[in-house]
Amino acid sequence: MNLSTSLLLSTLTLACSAAFAAEQPVIGLITKTETNPFFVKMKEGAQAEAKKMGAKLMTAAGKKDGDTAAQIAAIENMTAAGAKTILITASGDAIIPTVKKVQAKGVQVIALDSPFEGADALFATDNYKAGVMIGQYAKAALGDKPAKIAMLDLFPGHPVGAQRHNGFMTGFGLKANDAKSNELSSTPETVCAGDTDGNQAKGQTAMENCLQKNPDINVVYTINEPAAAGAYNALKKAGKEKGVLILSVDGGCQGIKDTAKGIITATSQQYPLKMAALGVAAGVQYAKDGKRSSGYTDTGVTLISAKAIAGVDSKDAKTGLDLCWGTK
Amino acid sequence: MSTTSKRPIPWGALGPWIALAVTCLFFALQTERFLSGTNLSLVLQQVMVVGVLAIGQSLIILTAGIDLSCGMVMALSGVVMTKFAVDYGMNPYLATACGLGVAVGFGFLNGLLVTRVKLPPFIVTLGTLNIAFAITQIYSESQTISNLPESMTALGNTFNLGSTEVSLGTVTMLLLYVLAWFVLRETAPGRHLYAVGNNPEAARLTGISVDRVLITVYAMAGLFYGIAAMLSVARTGVGDPNAGQTENLDAITAVVLGGTSLFGGRGIILGSLVGAVIVGVFRNGLTLMGVASVYQTLITGILVILAVAADQMSRKGAR
Repeated sequence: MNLSTSLLLSTLTLACSAAFAAEQPVIGLITKTETNPFFVKMKEGAQAEAKKMGAKLMTAAGKKDGDTAAQIAAIENMTAAGAKTILITASGDAIIPTVKKVQAKGVQVIALDSPFEGADALFATDNYKAGVMIGQYAKAALGDKPAKIAMLDLFPGHPVGAQRHNGFMTGFGLKANDAKSNELSSTPETVCAGDTDGNQAKGQTAMENCLQKNPDINVVYTINEPAAAGAYNALKKAGKEKGVLILSVDGGCQGIKDTAKGIITATSQQYPLKMAALGVAAGVQYAKDGKRSSGYTDTGVTLISAKAIAGVDSKDAKTGLDLCWGTK
Repeated sequence: MSTTSKRPIPWGALGPWIALAVTCLFFALQTERFLSGTNLSLVLQQVMVVGVLAIGQSLIILTAGIDLSCGMVMALSGVVMTKFAVDYGMNPYLATACGLGVAVGFGFLNGLLVTRVKLPPFIVTLGTLNIAFAITQIYSESQTISNLPESMTALGNTFNLGSTEVSLGTVTMLLLYVLAWFVLRETAPGRHLYAVGNNPEAARLTGISVDRVLITVYAMAGLFYGIAAMLSVARTGVGDPNAGQTENLDAITAVVLGGTSLFGGRGIILGSLVGAVIVGVFRNGLTLMGVASVYQTLITGILVILAVAADQMSRKGAR
C-alpha cells in the first residue's frame, strides 16, 4: 500500500465516522463534582444508558460544589461541540443566563437532582419529602420522650440542604419553613446546629461540639451518610451511641451498610442512576422527533431502616442494598 | 548566628497568645461549658490534624516559601496507607510507612522543582496540589476506605488525665511541636533554616548550601503531612479521599495567625499551634453559643488580616 492509497483510505474512514457521528445524538452531562460518589454513580448510569440507546455522551464537572464557572464553560463547550441535550446538576443559579442562551439555539437543558429556574424538565429526588420521611420515622421511634435534636447541615444557603432540614423538622411535627425556603428553621427542640460540608471529619467535629453544648441529645439529623458516620464516631467516643437516633439522606451503598449495622437508624434513599437514565432517554427522544421534555419527574425516595416501626412505611437494609442508587 | 534567640521579642510573638487568651476569656464568660477539661481536650483533638500540617507549613513559610499542596498530599498519603492495609492486606505498619513515603516523595518533588528548576513555591505547589488531588481520586475511585485494622486507629485512643480524656493524637501533636521548636532553636540545621529564610544570598556566602536546606525542608514538611494523615485516619476511622480540602488553607491560616512572617526568616513554631487552636476555639465556642458557622469564617478572615498587619508594622518598626 503506497502513501496516497493509505491517505485516501484514512480520509474515507474519517468521513464515514463523521457521517455516522452526525446521526448519533450527542448528550452532555454536567455534574457538580467528579468526586462525590453520588455523581460518580450518576455518570456511570448515563454512560450505560447512552451506550444502550446508541447516543454519544460527553461529561464535565465542577471542581467542587458551587463551582458554577466550570459548569458555565462546560455548557458553552458542549453546545459548541454539537450537544443537542444537556443534563445538568446545577451548582447554583449563576448558570441560568447561559442556559437561556443555549436553549435559544435549540439545545434542550434538563435539570437532574437540583432544580433551577428555566430548565426544560427536572428529574430529581423530592428532597423535602426525603426529609419528611426520616422526620416521621424519628418521631415514631422516639415516642413520648422529649426531643433534643442536633441538626448537622451541609453549609449555609444550599437549597438541597434547606429542603432536607426543613422537611425533617416538618416530618417530626415541628414548625418549619416550607419546601421553597432556603432558610434553616430552628425551634427549642433543635438544641444544636452545625455545618459538615457533607464530610465525615467535619460531621464528627460538629457532633462533638453539639454534645458539649447538650450532652442529652437523642436525635441527630444529618445531611448525608458520611456526616452520619462522623456523628456516630463522636457519639461512640463519648459512650453515648446507644439510644440516639441518627437520621440521614442518600442511600448510597456504604450508607446502607451502615444502616444495616445500626450506625444509621434510618435513611431516605434516592436514585441517581434513574435520574441519569431518564435524562439520556429524554435526550434521545429530542434528537428523534424534536419534542422537548417538560415538568417535574419525581425519581422516588424510599425509607430504609434495619428496624421497622409501626405506622411508618420502611424497607429493610437488604432491599436498600439491592436498590442502592438504582443499580442491578 | 544565634541572632534569633537574642533578638528582643517581636510583636508577632506575643500577639497570638494575647488573641488566644482574649478569645478563651470571651467564650468562658459566654458559656459555662467552655472551660471544662473535656471541652478543651476536645478542641485539641479537633485541631490536631491542622496543627501537624501547620508544622510542615511553618518550616516552608520560614524559608519565605509557601505550600498549597499540604492538604492534598495528606489526603493521598491517608488513602495510600489505608488502601494498602485493607485492599492488599499489607502489614498496617508497613502500609503506614508507604503512606508516609508517598508524602515525603511529594515534598521532595516540591523541593526539587523549587531549587533545581527555580520555580516559585506558589506555582510549584499549586501544580502538585492538583496532581496529588487527582491521583488521590483516581486511585481511591473517590470511595472512602473503611474496615481499618485496629492499629491504624490507635492514635485516636484516649487515656485519662485526672478526669479529662486526652487522645494519643493530641499528645503526638504536642510532642512534634516541642521537637520542632527544639530543632529550630537549638541546632545548627534550625539556624540554617532561619538564615536561608532571612537572606538566602547572605546564607550562601556564609557557606550554607541553600538548595540542600530547602530540599530538606520540603521533604520534612511532607513527612509532617504524612503524620497528619495518620492522625486524620485515626480520628475518623476511614481513609477519606476528600480529606484535606479546606485543611490546606487552614494550615496556612494557623501559621499566619501564629505570627510567622510570610516574608520568611521570622517566627516561632509554637505560634502555629496557637494559631490552629484559635481557629478551633472559635468553631467550638460559637457552636456552644449556637451562632451560625459563617461567623467563624468571618472572624477568622479578620484575624488573618490583623496578624499580617501586625507583622508588617513590626517590620517597619524594626527598620
